[in-house]
Amino acid sequence: MSVIEAGTPVPEFSLTRADGEKFTHTDLRGKTSVLVFYPFAFSPTCNDQLTLYEEVLDEFTQRGATLYAISTDARWSQAAFKEKLGSSVEQLSDFEPKGATAKAFGVLNDGGFTQRALVIVGPDGVVKWSYQAPSGELPGANLIFDGLDAV
Amino acid sequence: MIDVSDLRSAPPPPLDASDHVRGDTAWPLVVIYADFTCPRCALAHERLRGAQLRVAFRHFAIAAKHPRAVPLACAAEAAGGQGRFWELHDALFEDPARSDDPHLWAHAQTLGLDLERFERDRRSPELRERVREQTRAGIRAGVAVTPTLIAGSAILPGPPDAELIARLTG
Repeated sequence: MSVIEAGTPVPEFSLTRADGEKFTHTDLRGKTSVLVFYPFAFSPTCNDQLTLYEEVLDEFTQRGATLYAISTDARWSQAAFKEKLGSSVEQLSDFEPKGATAKAFGVLNDGGFTQRALVIVGPDGVVKWSYQAPSGELPGANLIFDGLDAV
Repeated sequence: MIDVSDLRSAPPPPLDASDHVRGDTAWPLVVIYADFTCPRCALAHERLRGAQLRVAFRHFAIAAKHPRAVPLACAAEAAGGQGRFWELHDALFEDPARSDDPHLWAHAQTLGLDLERFERDRRSPELRERVREQTRAGIRAGVAVTPTLIAGSAILPGPPDAELIARLTG
């Protein structure tokens, strides 16, 4: 399984926001979105990844991009993770049914969790750029800047 | 290893007057992005000690990662304003358990700093902005973890081992 490729319309999906409301593919329309798929809330690399992106979040915003962090953790775990990090990035839970969205984007690990990957979706709902990180690698924020150049 | 030439976002800034550099000018240059609260950076500091490398230090202080990351970076810059950057740099890495304000005052006293000026400078918006800009430039250049070494066009994450140091020193 490999990450969804540029030029592909985003598949239909449904994730859960912190308040329990649904977040679907239609919520991506009309803006540039960066989907940050990460494996596990509270894991060291995921901590570092989200704190790194937080440092330059205003630069992403200036470029018109909205980040979303997606994992197969339950929304309650994600909320605690977000609070612990002091992160501003909205968390979206792919817990029920577990991994369904990750699978649709080609980033579901055989172990049932999200592979670390970045997907940039344009305002037209089409994938503009994607990157799947090798195991153990923390994808730098510079990759997102590079990817945004493609939008 | 990532090659800088593979990246389109931004290369690391060239050295300028705000950089702290030590080592013989004839030795190969290595830029290290590091954080005084990071144990792996302390390990890198230990391993680089005595290597025949010209080392330029840049801050990679992620505020959300550790509450003392930015304050310690600013303290080192404030010591630098009195010509003692490297002395405080070494003290912070070699005594990482002592990083609260009273410990900084003790370091400042040991180093003979003007304490009042040190206190004023380390809280100044200018130094905070310098630290922030160095960190952001590192992020834009592809630094994602600490420590990260940049040698020529190579980005080398993690503490350097003996083999890498031997390769870098040529």
